[in-house]
Amino acid sequence: MSLKKILVANRGEIAVRIIRAAHDLGIKVVQVYSKADADMLAVRLADEAVEIGPAQAAKSYLNAEAVLRAARESGADAVHPGYGFLSENASFAAAVEEAGLVFIGPTADTIRTMGDKAAAKAAAIAAGVPVVPGSDGVLHDLGAAPALAARIGFPVMIKAAAGGGGRGIRVAQDAAELAALLPQASMEARAAFGDGSLYLERFVGRARHVEVQVLGDGADAVHLYERECSLQRRRQKVWEEAPAVALPEDVRAALCASAVRLAKACRYRGAGTLEYLYDGETGEFFFIEMNTRIQVEHPVTEMITGVDLVREMIRIAGGEKLRFAQRDIASRGHAIEVRINAEDAARDFRPSPGTVGALTVPGGFGVRFDTFLYSGCTVPPFYDSLLGKLIVWDETRDGALARLRRALGELQVEGVSTTATLHAALARNPEVQAGGVHTRWLEGWLETATLHPSSTNGEEAR
Amino acid sequence: MATHTMPCPLPGTFYRRSAPDQPPFKEVDDMVAVGDTVGLVEVMKTFTPVTADVAGKIAAFHVENEDAVMAGQPLVDIET
Repeated sequence: MSLKKILVANRGEIAVRIIRAAHDLGIKVVQVYSKADADMLAVRLADEAVEIGPAQAAKSYLNAEAVLRAARESGADAVHPGYGFLSENASFAAAVEEAGLVFIGPTADTIRTMGDKAAAKAAAIAAGVPVVPGSDGVLHDLGAAPALAARIGFPVMIKAAAGGGGRGIRVAQDAAELAALLPQASMEARAAFGDGSLYLERFVGRARHVEVQVLGDGADAVHLYERECSLQRRRQKVWEEAPAVALPEDVRAALCASAVRLAKACRYRGAGTLEYLYDGETGEFFFIEMNTRIQVEHPVTEMITGVDLVREMIRIAGGEKLRFAQRDIASRGHAIEVRINAEDAARDFRPSPGTVGALTVPGGFGVRFDTFLYSGCTVPPFYDSLLGKLIVWDETRDGALARLRRALGELQVEGVSTTATLHAALARNPEVQAGGVHTRWLEGWLETATLHPSSTNGEEAR
Repeated sequence: MATHTMPCPLPGTFYRRSAPDQPPFKEVDDMVAVGDTVGLVEVMKTFTPVTADVAGKIAAFHVENEDAVMAGQPLVDIET
């Protein structure tokens, strides 16, 4: 069975991305949209468009009923959820299939399992994928803590079971410190949360975020190497690369193999990503979670492997087998993606919705700009701030960084502020150039960095 | 008595409460002081408090909870 008409249940740049992949396959597209998005690029590129509700996402893009009605009434045979919105909603995936349509992604069961922290961790352990070593639940006997900590490996983190958001956390570097901190931590937890329960977990101080792209057809699965996304602000990725510069070759091989084991174990269907913490000091990696959808940063993987991930997702959903064996997938060169958000980096990343005036998009060899922008388009205040993704590729990382600086210099978006200034500064930063960053690096750097105001005229920050 | 109409400072989604299970910040006939929060506007997933710019009594809300709002749109009437 091959698909003839896909409904895109998303908006912005990813809707445009999906429409292009579908059209490359000769498949028609129905685009849904909210009242605020009537003139968006995806609506203009699609073969049909259906309004599904008012501006607020809860009443439109998150309204499963309205999306399903649009799919049925337009005669679509499949639904692509993109990322965010309904993409990891197991009930929605099940409802799509119950309506006799294809959900372009994994089964509802896979989404449910991987969306549950404990179930996902258990699945990883069963597949032989390393997880962050810890007490496996609450520490019942404080007396057993020293032996357990020795097995987990120092430094260990003592966490209050009732804590959260970084509260109730202590780090012990060795056994003596653990002995001193434990009773204190238990008392504090009881005082602060009314519950003295603690658990122990390995502390990774300078963690790097690495993740592995997988593709499966429900029977077989392959990996498409890893990405690194350590540059984050408020847990949001802002800059992503492939491959991960810090990984030794043997670690890379073990990491990617572990991802394939888990993908095969859950008979994964479609594109998915396994996220890991990587401890550069010990060379260890630990599985954190699996994202059962296409990710924002998927283009860096496409650039180094030459595989169109969104197109493959659609082919698999249409019933095709994986078209590649693992040996067919090679990684070549280096790719970097930077997220161009409608935010004023110089003013604490204040959101900047509005209407785009003149627009100059970077181009040339090794440069790709995935965006929903066009001159005169609206950037509504109701959704996330991602305007587009500037992706560069070159044979080497240094080459890619040079190309990124050049491409950022070409980008001009009038009418809204963008984070291009932040990226121009990062691309010139010696630590970023050396690849020596970790997940808390960017927030530390931002405390002292001076960013030039607004990029509306394409000026560069230093 | 004069009625002062506060315009919405920025575009987005207007909320009259801090969370769905919380009571509204202010009701009609409540007294407000300058700086009191009367609502929140969500812009691109960032929440900004809307604070009273005059003291007085709330006479009317022009928008409902979770309504889409434009910058400059009348938000709330305050009798001074």
